[in-house]
Amino acid sequence: MANKISLNLISGRTIQQGMCIETGKEKPTYRTACGIIEMDPSDLKKMGAWKNTNVRVTSEYGTVVVKAIETTQGPHPGVGFIPMGPWANSVVNPNTYSTGMPTFKGTPVTVEVAINEPILLGIELVQKQCGVKVG
Amino acid sequence: MTKAVTDVVCPFCGTLCDDLEVTVSDDGKQILEVANACVIGTAKFMHSQAKDRLTRPRMRQEDGSWKEVSYEEAADYTAKILAGAKKPLMYGWSSTNCEAQSMGHEIAEMCGAVVDNTAAVCHGTTLIAVQDIGLPSCTLGEIKNRADRIIFWGCNPAHAHPRHMSRYSIFPRGFFTGKGQKSRKVVVVDPRLTDTARLADIHIQIEQGRDYELLNALRVALNNEWLPDVVAGVPKEKIREVADVLKSGRFGIIFFGMGVTQTLSKNHNIDEAIALTKHLNEFTKYSIMPMRGHYNVTGSGEVLAWQFGFPYSVDLSRGFARYNPGDTSTIDLLARGEVDAMLTIASDPGAHFPISCVKHLAKIPSVCIDPHQTPTSGVSKLHVPVAFVGIEVGGNAYRMDNVPIDTRKVVEPPEGMKTDEEFLTMVRDRVKKIKGVK
Repeated sequence: MANKISLNLISGRTIQQGMCIETGKEKPTYRTACGIIEMDPSDLKKMGAWKNTNVRVTSEYGTVVVKAIETTQGPHPGVGFIPMGPWANSVVNPNTYSTGMPTFKGTPVTVEVAINEPILLGIELVQKQCGVKVG
Repeated sequence: MTKAVTDVVCPFCGTLCDDLEVTVSDDGKQILEVANACVIGTAKFMHSQAKDRLTRPRMRQEDGSWKEVSYEEAADYTAKILAGAKKPLMYGWSSTNCEAQSMGHEIAEMCGAVVDNTAAVCHGTTLIAVQDIGLPSCTLGEIKNRADRIIFWGCNPAHAHPRHMSRYSIFPRGFFTGKGQKSRKVVVVDPRLTDTARLADIHIQIEQGRDYELLNALRVALNNEWLPDVVAGVPKEKIREVADVLKSGRFGIIFFGMGVTQTLSKNHNIDEAIALTKHLNEFTKYSIMPMRGHYNVTGSGEVLAWQFGFPYSVDLSRGFARYNPGDTSTIDLLARGEVDAMLTIASDPGAHFPISCVKHLAKIPSVCIDPHQTPTSGVSKLHVPVAFVGIEVGGNAYRMDNVPIDTRKVVEPPEGMKTDEEFLTMVRDRVKKIKGVK
């Protein structure tokens, strides 16, 4: 049975993210590289989902649909990793606590299976959340 | 006949590799091959040649569609919104040359703008810590030739600075490090077993967000004082072992990244990392260096600092330079809705800012100067594609260790395309007219 689980979310660079920002953020490859959450196999098991399942990640600050993949740089049970980009930034903690720096690492999130929900493209995701009219 | 251009500087990350070889077509208009660069650098050079690249500015219409406009019209609009705003924000600057940055600052001064670079979401907290307690640092060349203890704390160069390890930090054979990797002990501190951690002699899998405690515990261990059984998820025996490894080197370097700058304790993490460096200097020689991300974010800090006295988040709205992160910093200004026009250049806040801040950017008059289509251009009113600095135009950039390097022009930009500096000069001239400045 699928469960909602809690994780500590961090974001950061990956080499795939680096390549995709230089080869076109409008392309689906950007989504493949960054519209994901890397999860420990034990957390996938706890959630009751196979790897490569679409999931909804929700925090106090927002919600986003990404693909849950088995971690490439683990193990890290209890920690979720979304590469830096609009998907991660839909849920990170924007508070700077007067330092000017958002708290990009260490946002408590819940993750649940969202098998029928689409993962949006990068530019589309930002435009939709900002209510930008696209012709 | 193709031509080979040697000693090309890579305009991607702060490592600013200067040994690329680029093969260009006989007419000098097309890049055919890139040698010596990492995959990201190669991708950047090759993508500049994309057939679907935008070559003219475009303005968003009422119905949401784009309309192509001339650079003159684009400069008119940019000058109008910046000169007419009460508190415009000019953000980015990290993927362009120092010449363009300086031109931008002229505009900012006339318009009473806030000027901020990507340190705002990167090493801004490092800069605060440096102002607090200083920074004992060195150059990457010294590290290559001397360092036998390498610590990567909260950074993952295998992914973010792919050639850093082979050029400077882990593998190269230097003057006093003739055996390359065998001359060095590498320690990686990261909550994940990253690809950098796999190359390390010691990986400390720290509990996320507990960097301050562990840095402090290492200082305690250096003094052989009492430690609790576990600190930040790390057993005290391991902390003592690492402290001994650090102490036993001849020359050590602590590289640190977003793992410490973006977690909750922020600048205090860096304070403590610098204090650890100072402490280690009681035993042997140590330096510390931030792993700067964009290839010229360091340059933006330098240019801002020599022109206005502060390295980022500079508020010129009162006619003199103010600096107070939390107040004059981009994220806070956007979150509070305090700016009424925004120019973004050489960066992508649309993708890399928390979405609540991007929402304000989408509401106000905005210009995005960027060769690529990005989430920022996707929410801006005007998108101005420009030539790639370091590929289609040269100019000065600063490496992560504050060494200035002149980037090289390798090919011509598509016909009629302006560079960052040329476009900003057009805007500067228009702003001068509007403001009546001679």
